[in-house]
Amino acid sequence: MVAALAVRQEPQPDETPRRGAALEVLDISHRFKLDDRPLPVLQHISLRVGPGELVALLGPSGCGKSTLLRLVAGLDAPVSGRLLVDGATIDGPDPSRVVVFQDPTLYPWRTVRSNVALGLEARGLLRSHGARVDNALQLVGLSHFANAYPHQLSGGMAQRAALARALVNEPRLLILDEPLGKLDSLTRIAMQGELVSLWQRAGFTALLVTHDVEEALFLATRVIVLSERPARIKAEIVNDLPYPRHRGDPRLAELRHEVFTHLGLDESW
Amino acid sequence: MAMTSSSIDEVAETPIAAFGLLRTVSYRAWIGGAAAAVAWLGVAWLTAFWPDAPDSDWEYTGHLAIVFAAVGTGLAFTTFAGLRFAAWQRAQRATPWLLALAALLGVWQAVTAKLGLLPMPFFPPPQAILAVLIDDWPRLGDGVFASLKLLARGYLVGAAAGFAVGVAIGWSRAVGYWFHPILRFVGPLPATAWLPLAFFVFPSSLSASTFLIALATGFPVAVLTWSGVAGVNSAYYDVARTLGASRWFLVVKVAIPAAMPHVFVGLFMGLGNSFAVLVVAEMLGVKSGLGWYLQWAQGWAAYANMYAALLIMALVCSGLITLLFCLRDRLLSWQKGLVRW
Repeated sequence: MVAALAVRQEPQPDETPRRGAALEVLDISHRFKLDDRPLPVLQHISLRVGPGELVALLGPSGCGKSTLLRLVAGLDAPVSGRLLVDGATIDGPDPSRVVVFQDPTLYPWRTVRSNVALGLEARGLLRSHGARVDNALQLVGLSHFANAYPHQLSGGMAQRAALARALVNEPRLLILDEPLGKLDSLTRIAMQGELVSLWQRAGFTALLVTHDVEEALFLATRVIVLSERPARIKAEIVNDLPYPRHRGDPRLAELRHEVFTHLGLDESW
Repeated sequence: MAMTSSSIDEVAETPIAAFGLLRTVSYRAWIGGAAAAVAWLGVAWLTAFWPDAPDSDWEYTGHLAIVFAAVGTGLAFTTFAGLRFAAWQRAQRATPWLLALAALLGVWQAVTAKLGLLPMPFFPPPQAILAVLIDDWPRLGDGVFASLKLLARGYLVGAAAGFAVGVAIGWSRAVGYWFHPILRFVGPLPATAWLPLAFFVFPSSLSASTFLIALATGFPVAVLTWSGVAGVNSAYYDVARTLGASRWFLVVKVAIPAAMPHVFVGLFMGLGNSFAVLVVAEMLGVKSGLGWYLQWAQGWAAYANMYAALLIMALVCSGLITLLFCLRDRLLSWQKGLVRW
């Protein structure tokens, strides 16, 4: 945790220190009902994410990663266990914990600007904090598309708009549910770099779900490997490489091998 | 030799480059416009100079010829203007229709007024309808006004109520539980089936008709609004909830805008239904409006009046649908691939 903060390169002067929230997940279990039979998805998950960390949850698809994120976002309540943000129990969605979903889910009837303004509008802050909208658009490089409708955007641009819509709220915990999962590989690599620099500049805590091993290792300070459903924590890998990272770094390859081993994929190494 | 013929072909096929001004206009479009103008002027000539059948006295034959001639002159002008102004060229798409209409009116004119082949009074010539439009316009105008007033009251009440009910059913499970069966059971009943009861229960035929039109409009609007609200992508709600949206915000700023394309389908269906009920209500109870005029004309075997009323009714209904389309295109401009009316 301390190490994660230490690797930050030259913190911005205007950055408020320790803006990121601390997350504690305490012995969470969750299950769904499928055909009237309980389907366990999460079993005894406990983890801590320190302020300003970028933690990746890595696991096979369908293992319950996204369910865990919905619990952290407060969209669903766990069957057992507790979730705490800065020591307070999570009992519903809160704009300090914003989710970026796999699909951009922009509202097609709103322009990009008005989509980004959504959170401020919902909380009645648009008049007082409207300038944030343009800042966020500028941050993700969409200033010229502020008046475009979502159907006019490419996949990468739409996901950037979704990111801006989250950042406008100045979240203390950004929850990323495979945000780059549906992008083509070139856009994806470009946006991985953008995500890192956004995170470094804004100083929020980030929880990222992905099933892309390379993405997890390239972005995160810590990678948590989950098992097949019902998800348990299999391993925790600390990545103390400084940013900006380089994809060809031999240390990343070593870590990748380690993760592959935990996922039972080391035969393909 | 070969050179010459090929260059002639080129001039005929491509836009006329030689004249500079006329660069974008092809011969074909110009010929089409000119042909339509000639056709309308021809029908005008035929109307004016071919004597009407003996034993008939169509007072307005001359007027009709003037109308036709005016259309023909207008077309000639439009075609000429099309040579200069690009905007006018859009009118050229209508050329085949204008030719067909001229032919149809010519045949109609010939078999009725000129040759007297069709039995009277069931098939009056076009000048008889023109006569009605000119002589009876105060009554027709009153009819249009009365119909529109009644339609507007019923439609607006029905659309508003249907919209509110649809949103409530789509949003609230409790409201859905109570209203859904009612909607399913009563909704498919044609509004006209309530007519005898409505005229009996309501204090006036006007309020009864308003109720019936509202009912006919409200049902499709309610069902489609409901299905629109129920079908909203749940991820839209998740997004808004994590951004701190209240329930009110979710309904007004998420559910309703997302459902608008469905709502408009309902509004279109409701508008069509409302026309049907309006005419029936006017024929059976209300003593005014175009429906009543139709009934009255039929009673007096005034078939020319009936056709004139039908013509106006078609124009009004089509105009209202167009108006609704314009409203939708304005409100839903964010949608891709809208159906054009």
